Formats: sequence, C-alpha cells, structure tokens
Amino acid sequence: MNRHDVIVIGAGHNGLTTAAFLAKAGLKVLVLERKPWIGGAAVSRELHPGWIYSNCSYVCSLLRPEIYRGLDLARHGLQIAPYGGGVTFTRDGDFIGGYADKDVRRREYARHNERDADAYLRYSRDTMRQTRFIRTLLMRTPPDPTSLRWRDLRELAHLGREFARLGETTMGDTIRFYSMSIADYLNEYFESDLVKAHHAGSGIIGTALGVHSPGTAYVLLHHYMGDVDGQVGSWGFARGGMGAVSNAIAGALRSAGGEIRADAPVARIIVRGGETKGVVLQNGDEIYADTVISSLDPKRTFLKLLDAGDVGADIVRKAREFKIRGSSGKLNIALDGLPSFPALGHGNPLVAGDMHFLDTLARFERAYDDWKAGTWSKDPYLDLLIPSLTDPTMAPPGKHFMSVFVQYVPRQVEGRDWTDADRAAFRETVFEQISRYSPDFRSLVLHAEVRTPQELENEVGLTEGNIFQGELTFDQLFFNRPFPGYAQYRGPVRGMYLCGSATHPGGGVMAAPGANAAREILRDLRRPSTVPEGWSDD
Amino acid sequence: MTIPQEHHLQAVFPTPFHARTAAANTLNVWHRWRDYTVADAYFDVSLEYTALRNACTVFDLSPMTKHLITGPDALSFMNRLVTRDVAKLKPGRVGYTVWCDDEGQVVDDGTIFHLREGVYRLCSQERQLDWLHASGLGFEVAIQEDTHDVAALALQGPTSCAVLKRLGLAGIETLTPFGIRSFAFEGGELTVSRTGFTGDLGYELWIDPELALMLWDRLFDVGAPVGIKPMGTHALEMSRIEAGFIQAGVDFLPADRAIRAGRTRSPFELDLAWLVDFGKSHFTGRRALLAEQARGSRYRLVKLDVEGNKPARDAYIYDRRRKNVGVVTSSMWSPAAKSNIALASVEMPYGAPGGELWAEIYYQKELKWSRFMARCTVVEGPFYSPARRRATPAADF
Amino acid sequence: MTDDAGRIVIVGGGHNGLVCAAYLARAGRKVLVLEAAEQVGGAAVTREFAPGFRVSSVAHLLHALDPRIARELRLEQHGLAYARRALRTVSLGEGAPLVLDGANVEAGDVTPADRAALAEYVRRQQRFAAVLANQHSRIPSRLGAGFSVFRLFDRSANNRNTENPAPWSLAKFALDVRLLGRADMRELLRVGTMNLHDLLEDRFESAQLKGALALDGVLGARLGPRSGQTFFTSLQRAGAYALPRGGMGAVTGALAVAARAAGAEIRVASPVASFTLHGDRVTGVVLQSGEQIEAAAVVSNADPQTTFLGLVGARHLDTEFARRVLHIRSQGCAAKLHLALAGAPGFRGVPAGLLGERLIIAPDLGYIDAAFNPSKYREYSTQPVLEISVPSVHDAGLAPAGQHVLSAIVQYAPRDLAMGWSAGRAPFLEATLAVLTRYAPALRSQIVAAELLTPLDIENEFRIHGGHWHHGELALDQYMMLRPVPGAAQYATPVPGLWLCGAGSHPGGGVIGAAGRNAARAVLAGSRA
Repeated sequence: MNRHDVIVIGAGHNGLTTAAFLAKAGLKVLVLERKPWIGGAAVSRELHPGWIYSNCSYVCSLLRPEIYRGLDLARHGLQIAPYGGGVTFTRDGDFIGGYADKDVRRREYARHNERDADAYLRYSRDTMRQTRFIRTLLMRTPPDPTSLRWRDLRELAHLGREFARLGETTMGDTIRFYSMSIADYLNEYFESDLVKAHHAGSGIIGTALGVHSPGTAYVLLHHYMGDVDGQVGSWGFARGGMGAVSNAIAGALRSAGGEIRADAPVARIIVRGGETKGVVLQNGDEIYADTVISSLDPKRTFLKLLDAGDVGADIVRKAREFKIRGSSGKLNIALDGLPSFPALGHGNPLVAGDMHFLDTLARFERAYDDWKAGTWSKDPYLDLLIPSLTDPTMAPPGKHFMSVFVQYVPRQVEGRDWTDADRAAFRETVFEQISRYSPDFRSLVLHAEVRTPQELENEVGLTEGNIFQGELTFDQLFFNRPFPGYAQYRGPVRGMYLCGSATHPGGGVMAAPGANAAREILRDLRRPSTVPEGWSDD
Repeated sequence: MTIPQEHHLQAVFPTPFHARTAAANTLNVWHRWRDYTVADAYFDVSLEYTALRNACTVFDLSPMTKHLITGPDALSFMNRLVTRDVAKLKPGRVGYTVWCDDEGQVVDDGTIFHLREGVYRLCSQERQLDWLHASGLGFEVAIQEDTHDVAALALQGPTSCAVLKRLGLAGIETLTPFGIRSFAFEGGELTVSRTGFTGDLGYELWIDPELALMLWDRLFDVGAPVGIKPMGTHALEMSRIEAGFIQAGVDFLPADRAIRAGRTRSPFELDLAWLVDFGKSHFTGRRALLAEQARGSRYRLVKLDVEGNKPARDAYIYDRRRKNVGVVTSSMWSPAAKSNIALASVEMPYGAPGGELWAEIYYQKELKWSRFMARCTVVEGPFYSPARRRATPAADF
Repeated sequence: MTDDAGRIVIVGGGHNGLVCAAYLARAGRKVLVLEAAEQVGGAAVTREFAPGFRVSSVAHLLHALDPRIARELRLEQHGLAYARRALRTVSLGEGAPLVLDGANVEAGDVTPADRAALAEYVRRQQRFAAVLANQHSRIPSRLGAGFSVFRLFDRSANNRNTENPAPWSLAKFALDVRLLGRADMRELLRVGTMNLHDLLEDRFESAQLKGALALDGVLGARLGPRSGQTFFTSLQRAGAYALPRGGMGAVTGALAVAARAAGAEIRVASPVASFTLHGDRVTGVVLQSGEQIEAAAVVSNADPQTTFLGLVGARHLDTEFARRVLHIRSQGCAAKLHLALAGAPGFRGVPAGLLGERLIIAPDLGYIDAAFNPSKYREYSTQPVLEISVPSVHDAGLAPAGQHVLSAIVQYAPRDLAMGWSAGRAPFLEATLAVLTRYAPALRSQIVAAELLTPLDIENEFRIHGGHWHHGELALDQYMMLRPVPGAAQYATPVPGLWLCGAGSHPGGGVIGAAGRNAARAVLAGSRA
C-alpha cells in the first residue's frame, strides 16, 4: 500500500529521529533513503576489508541524552565510550596536552605558561556559563520574535527569563560571546599563543570562517554543549562507529512500527492546492502522505524537491542565499600498526585523544586565507584521532584506524571540481603534516580514503559538503535557522516540514532538530507529544 | 619549579614528607590535594583527633597553595587585593583575610604572612595566579607561586610549644598568636608561625623541602615523650569546624569558580565583617560592599547548636519548622565542646544571634532511616576555643 | 567654599567634550574644559601640515553630526558653514568611475537590476540606521535592569549597583525594532551580524558597486568585508557626507564658541596628568604642570583606557573592571595621508567637476579583502584601500591659490605593526603613493609635502590609546550597554565623581556628538549642583 501518515525524506540521524518519535505516537511512518545504506553522515562503512569505521562524523557528544533515553537507544545497541585528551604539537618538538586529570592538565599548561594554567579555570567557567545558557534552548522550538501569538510570546518570555537568570555580568558576556571571534575571546584569557592555538580549533571546525572572524566564539559551543553521561563538554566514540547511532535510532523506529526504504531516491514532493500530498521517487513511483518531512538542507529541499511555483519566489531566494559552504575534508586511514608520536614519549594517554598540529593563531588564519583563495590549506588544521585505541571493533587486532578531519578544504579547487590529481596532492599535504610528527606513519598506511566536500556532497547529500547543513553564524541560528519566519520546522507548504541540521539547534550528531520537528508535527496533528522535554542543568 | 615534559607519568606527587607519612599511614588511606596526596587518617580518626586536643599532632600542609609577593608596590597591591588593611600587618605577623570580586563576593580566603618588610606570602585555598596577576595591573609587583618550593607542617595541640622547645627553638613560647619567627635548623632556616586551622595552641612550620624529612624525624624524636602523633585530613576537618573556620567549596563557593549567578557570598554573608576595612584605600569589591552595607545582605552564616546528638549533615534549615530559609554547610558532633554543632547559611533576616531555627535531619541506624526536626540555637564565637590558644607565653601542655 | 564649588571639569576638548561642556554650561553649571593641545578639537581639527596647506587631521568628512545638537547649540550661528553638502561617492577603478549619489547610480557600468537592488538596499539601510540613530540619543539601559522584570523569579542579584538611569532605553530600542514591521524586523535580525561580502554578493552583480558599498563597513574598523558584523558597522556610515568650510576644525571651533557663549571656560595647552581621588571619589585633576584643579565632577573625553588605566589608575578600580578595560579592542588600523599638491590632481576618468567628491579606491571585494589580510598578521596592506577627499576644491582657503590639499584615510595600517612603524612608515607611504598614482599618474610630480599619520602617530599626537579614532572598535561586542565596558556604559563610572563623554562611550566614534550630549544629561541627573 502506498499510503502513509508521514513520509520522511532522508535516513540521516535527524530524519530517523523525527520518524521514530512520530512512529511512537502511533503514526504510520515511512523513511525514504537515496542510498543503499542508512545514516547519512552518521555511518559506519567498510571501505577497506576488515576496517569498519565512521567515515563522516567520527565522534559523539552532542546527541541529546533526552533522546538517547526517550528512544531507548541503549537497548537498541548504542554505546558511547568517552575519551579524554586533546594535544597540540609544536614545531619545536614539544606539545601541550589536555590531560583528563585536572591537576595534571593544570601542570601541563603551567609548563608553557603559569598564569594561563590558572586562567584556564576562568576560561572554563565562562565557557560553561555560555554552555549552560544554550543547553536550555536545545530541546525547544525557537520563538518568532515578530509574532504576537501566545506560544511565541511564551517562548520569548522563557528566553528572557533564562537570559535574566544569567545575572548582569554574564548577560553582557553572552552578547559579547555571540559576536566575538574565537581569537578575541581567547585573548581575554590567555597569554601564550600555543595555549590559544590549542583551544582555537573548536571555534572554526566545519566553519568557513577564520579564527579572527567575528562569530567564531559561538562555534566553540558546538564542542562544549554536549555531554557524555552528564559530563558536560566531554566527547566519546560510538562503539562500532557512528553508524551505531543511526542504527540504534533506526532500531527504535522499527520497533515502533516504522518502515525504512533504502535505495529510494525522492525526485519531488507532490504539492496540490497548497498542501503536500506525498512524494514521487526517481523511478516514478508515487507514495502518498499528508505529512512530508525533509531532513535535507533547504537548498536541496526547496530548490530541487519542490517547484518554485509551489513555494514562492521569496523562499527560493532565501534558499539560494542560505550559506552552506564546504570547508572541511577527511582522510580515513587504515594502518598496519600504531604510529608513534615521538614527542609524546612512551605511554602517553594523549595518543588516544584528538591530536592537532597548528601551534599559533597565525597558522590557523593562514589556513583560512588559503581557503578564501580557493584552495585547500597548505598547512591545514587537522583533528586526528585513532579511535581503534578506544574501540577495538574498528580495525583487526593489532591494526588501527586513523580518522583525520581536515580544515580548510573548499568545495571547488580554484573554481573547478576536484580532480584525482587534486585529491592526491591534498592527501600529500595532510600526510606531510602528520609525518612531521610521526616519522613511521607513512610506512604503516594500508589504505586512505580521501573525502573532500565534493564527496560529502555527492555521497552524503550535504550541499557543498558543509557538515553542519549550513553555516553556524547568527544570521542562520535560532530563529533565523534556516530562514527568519521558517524556524519552527514548518515549511511554506501545509503539511511540509524540515527536520535536518539546517534547523535549530543546528549541526553535529545532536538529533535535537529531529526531535523538535517531531514535537511540532505532533502538535499540528493534535496528538500527544512523544518527545521528551529538555533536562535542566540545575 | 621546572616541570618536566613527562610529568604526567606521575600524575600525583609525593609531598616532601611522603617517605615518612607513607610509613606512618598504617591505614593507607590518602586524600588527593591538588598535585599531591596527604593522609586522610594514619591510624584512627578519633584517636588522631584526641591526640590533637590532648597532646599534639603533625599535619602535612605542603600542598597548600602559596604565593610570594614582592616589589616596591607589594603593600599597595596587597591592600588593593584583600579586604583587610595590610598596612596594619607588621613584618613578622600573619593575618587571616578574604578577597572579593567586583561584586563583593568572596573569591577565596587565606593567610597573609608579612615575612619581612615588603615581602608577603599569601596562602590560599584555591589556585589564584590568574586573579593575582589581574589584580596586579598597574602595580610594580612580582607575583610568584612557590607552592612546590616550601614544605610545611602544622604542629598543633597543647604540647606543641613543648615540642618546639625540645627541638631547641629558644624563646618560642614568647611567640604571640599570628607571630612569625625564624630559627636556624640543620644548616637551613626553619620559619615558625603561631597559626593553624584547628583553633588550638599550635604552630605552622615552613622549611626548604630538602630539610623536610630531617624536620619530621626531629619532631617525632623530641615529641615522643609529649605524645606527638601524625594527623590526617579527617581529624583536621573536625577541629576546624569546632573552631568555626570556613572552607572554600564547602561553606562558600569561590566567586571566581561560580557558574550559576547568585550562589556566591560576600564577607558580610560569611560572618566576616570584621575583615572588611572601609577606612583604607580602594580594594576590589569595596564599592559593592559599601552598597551592600547600605542595602543589607541577602544571607548570613550562622553557628548553630543543634539539639540532640545526630549531626545535621546537609540539613535544610527552617524558620518555625515551616519556611525553608537555608542549609547546613558543615556539621559534626563536637567531642571538645560536647555539643552537636553546625555552620549554616541562612537567608536574612533569619538567624539573628540567640535566635531559634530548625534543622531537618536525616540519619540512619543499621540501614533504617529516620527524620526529625531539631531545634537549633544560633550561637556566637567559636564552638571550642581553649585559653591556651591565645596565652603567651605558651604553656607546655 | 570657593567660587569654584560645583565646577565640572571636562578633560579633553574634542567634539564630544565640547558638546558636553556646552550642554552643561547651558544648564547653568560652571564648566572648565582642559585641552592638552594648543587648540581644541581633538581628532576633529584643522591643522597646517605644510606651509600654507591646512587639512582636517583625522576625521575629514562629516556624516553623522547629530542634527539636534547642531540645532540646539546653534552651530551655524556660531560659525559652522559647509563648503559642500551631500558629497557623492566616486569609486575609482580600472574603467570608468562609478558615481553614487545615495541610492542613485549617476555614472558607471551598472545593470538595471543592480540599480533597483541598490535602491532597496539603501532604503533598508536607512531604515535600520534610523533605528540606531534613535538609540544614539538615548543613554543605554543597564542590562540587568533592562531585564529586571525577569528578576522577580529568582534571587540571583549579587552586589551590583542596581541604579539604572535609563530603565526604558532598551525597551524603546526593542519597540523601534518592532516598529520596522515584520519583514524589515526579520531582515534586521538576520543581517545585523552578517558580513557585507555575503550580503552584497547575494544582492548585486557589479564588482565595483560591491566594493564601494563594502568600504562603508570596514572604514576605520579592523574588519575585512568577510568579517561578521560589517553590515552593522556600515550602518554607522549611512548618512550623507559633508565638508565643513575650514575643515573639521570648523565644527569643533563652532562648538567651542557655543560652549563659551553658554559660559564654559576652555583652557588649551593644559594636559592633565592624573585625577585626584579622595577616598573613593574623583575630586579633581592634576595638570602636567603640577597645578591642581578641584572639581565637583570630572567628565573625561579621553578614551576609556587612557581614562581608567592612565588618569584614574587601575589601583583605584576593581580587578575585573580593570581587566575588562584592558581588553577593550582598541588597536587602530587606519592611517591618514595628507598631501600638499602644486595643482589639482588628475584622477583617470574623473572629470574636474567630480574631483571634490568623496573618492574611493576599493574597486572590488577581493581587493579590500586582500588589503585586509595582512592586518591579521600585524602587517600593513601592500595595496591599501583609500577614502580620498580634495577639500580645497570646495574650500580654497585650505591651500595657497591654485594649489590643493589631498586628504586620505588609508587602510590597513595596524597600530601594532610587527615590524614597528619606524621601519614600516616609509614602505607603507610608498605603497600608498603607488596605489594613488595608478589612478592619478601625475600625482607624484605635484607633491609639495606629504604627511602620513599612522595609528601610532594618532595615538601620540591625539592622545588616543591604540590610535583608534573610535576609541575602541565599534562592534557589537563593544556597543550600547557594552560600550566601553559594562558598568561604565551609562556615562557614569564605578568611580564616583567621574563620567565619560567620549567616543569610547555609546554611541561611539564619528563626529556625532551624541556621546557628549548624553553624558551631559547623565551628569546633570547624577551629580550634585
């Protein structure tokens, strides 16, 4: 039977989350996925025999614990293993490590700058103040500030109350925080350029901005606002790779009676009389449902799946102007053994955490200048991890998997598509940086998958390869995400919704956009909500 | 101290006394104190406490955060930092103080040692280098954390003076409370201050880490006849509550660590108005504290005598058994005062001296939990303060 | 009590100091202005930089002077006249120049779609700028008090001074934003933090037009066209440009006359060394000469860092407040070039009739971005952007007969140049002249004298910490109740007896005068007569 209550387009983690909550509410839900596999950018793939790994998103922290529990993901097989650390190597053979133990970490900072070691506490405090504020907004629908409807006024009042609760000092700091650059923010705490560089990466990951660009301080929050088992700001690996996240949500969906159809690319959303009626697949099949939810970004949704005539010129223009830029790439490397990092010495636990190699803010900014000039950074920012040290399922015994996130990488190289020669040169750029700190790295490489924004776009369906489904600048956040007036998950056509990372609260494997969308849809369908309320940090 | 690159391999350091404290720690229970470990207890908490109040005990104080403050503006810097008038603190004297943030909320408490003219040591409960440097803007002052460079022991209890005399510290009995004096010791210098966290007669001994073990050994040699014992943090905690001393992170939240607004306390709200000197030059928080003085405080810290014998641990405090007006921050049965005591933070205007409050106490005996409301009397002054604490010359026992 | 009881001393005779003095004197207060330089005016002065050649030294075009101030202080009666109003903008490029007159394209290769887009862009920009302009004449609310209604819900208030001189200011601002109507309000909330590069790329095709519009967002700022908030900064320049007759010194000259006419006393060549404090309170000033002057109130027109860390001294401030003052972003990035020319300069493609307009060298977004990039590494632009004025075209008195002065703002020239300005001055001047001669090939042969004021020179000569005209970046993190820092954003400072009235306070730099006027109101409300 080709009739369902709800069709969700795209089986990424947000699409699956929306579908799961709607299925739990008793709706007949169908998820349509273009690819033969599900998960979108939260997938585990085997691209080299024996190595099953996260080939897109690679670490987990933001996944809302309310959703984890609400969909019973642990029962559906999801296990998150926290990891510690974070190290920045210096060109002169030293490093600074974010040891998990706070006193060891303090001593490590003091090794480079005594005052910064104590300033780190102030930095953590102020960042945590911002984190606490934004965490109260994640599981809520943004208000429309121009509206006088009761719900919007109530949400605005909630926002005002949470803001007021910060106290006057933090209120001012919040406004500053949302408009500052990560470099200016760090300058208020630290003296040492190395300490600043050690913290700067979180302000620009996945973002087409430099460390001196206003607005990058906020991006930091997308690395601090998550938690693993209540440890706010902590990160972990999904055992079995990030596909475990999608598979667990899919498990929740199926156990609630939902259906997922892979290899079923949608060509168009059917609109009649200003209402959605269903979708047409690329093979011509029509499937009907009064509610159609797109987990795709607004460019794909409004410019490809819908007719301009159905959505109106205003939406078409907004979708065209939506900022979604490829700025990062990835290398997934199968290794014959564990590479050494001589600077760290023997038995250093930092080898199991994130490794970085930019030791000054200037190197960060020059990396961005390369991107602005239309090429990948010649001295890029790498976020390098060896997850197989924590999760043995990712590689055969004794072998290892290395995940290398690379910033900045443009969608096009000097205005043209990536060629194989470009990919090889890009790979060489990254290899060269790693080899400088790990002399035996190259000799251990068995296979390396190169993923530029072009691959992310073509394989995962993220326009321009932007990992957040849209830049995280204030013009595209909260009530502006994806567009002003359309931030409450409802599309311009009745019965049509958005649920992807292009909606509030944005990117990262958070699943909050999907859950929030489900709540709004159930509200429109006059059904009791199955979506849990946000938990308080107090 | 230069920190080696491989410092992480030994995450926690032994204190300069560790060889001896480890040997003495028959229970092998340790307490993490920032970069170091100190013993929680050596043989039995209540016996260690008894040794403190009847003879004397040695507590390894080395991990305490210490800063050395020097330079031409050292005095004016100190005065800008803390609420007390440091100009009144003569060389060779120690003063307890607090310091505040702009809003007059207590950042930390600690002691100022005026080691010699213009040279100060600031001991604090928390790490303070960032705040001290920020406060040093515009002053010609050098601020250096030297926690690792100084080994320290607290020698406390009625026979502590006798021990020092037997150690050969001539005239030590004439050292007045909060006085500092230095003595030659084994080719080095031993600095003795008549200070402590126990509310008893007692001294703190400051020495080069190289001489630490020698000091420990000599103390125990000469102290054995007058009952010297090592003491861990648990017994220390008992004594500091009896003395009515507050502790950062327990009785108040350090203002520079507070994430949530409104959780911090001013000196007035910690019963420390006596530390605030509006007569001196500007200090951080001064204007806010003047405003608070004019407007009134939100809270006060009270000392409670709780009826019965069940410690009011983490108990809510009620006015007339109905309105929740505060919470207990520290509590215990006091063996010295033979009363059930507590420190509590209560909303104004509740908790006036001599007034009555109620504590909601939960306790269990053999896994059976009981709850009852205990009448509390607000008392003034320390719960336990023997005359020997203040007497100069100090007696032998 | 002497005759001087109740006297208010204003430290600094820049335009805001003079405005403040005039309003306070008109209110019957005894006012003494102390100016360090030989003439009043601060950064809005006309100086002779070569024999017979005079030029507006720092600010060189008037575009935002609060019309209410001009009216209330009767500046035109006091001598302010305009050599030219409503200057057009002439953007120099490889081809024919683009000539803009507000929303109209007078000349240039611009498509009809771009012309329509420009009209819409300027319309919105002016609506948004009007909302900000309304706010300029209001004392900012304290944030805590602005949200005081929510305070009813908990006891979070610590020991903050809860006095709020302008409780409704924030609400009025919010109302103004609402009154824009739904569409424009949404657009303001969206584009308010956006960068001009993206916004202009979305709206326009013509590279030259985009370059010209982008310059408004980056001039005087340490921002490039891709930097967030540049749309916001461009709103500060939404007014029409004018040339006062006699240069910018004529504006401050008229303000000085107005202040004196109202009874204020102005002393020049009287640099203040420090403030005197009695207990907590500022009670007067000490001049560098050693002379002490008592005051019932001191109003500082100096920048906030000079005021608090220099004149008051950090030791009289609270630690966190001093730290915030220290971290005000105030490293200037704009230099000023003055050329004495033997004849009228000839810019390629610019007819003589347009020579006196506002000429800009910002041919496209990429050019501006390339000029900006080095500043991130504390290097100067090898190919700077320029805003050029040849005021002598309209105001012959500025140069000997038949000769001319050229005044240009040159970016980017970071105050904290890595190589240092003693090494950087000559090559930067050469780079600037090389760019100029690309558009005016004969210029070098006409140069009689040249003066380059780097931000370091501006810091030293005009006593502005960091050499930033705005006394601190004019960005959202240093705007309204955050300008210069929370706790001093209502003109009153944490130090009793001390007020601020300079560009470091709301609404910031540019020769607006609103900070001086607002400060006068705050002083009148808050000080004892």
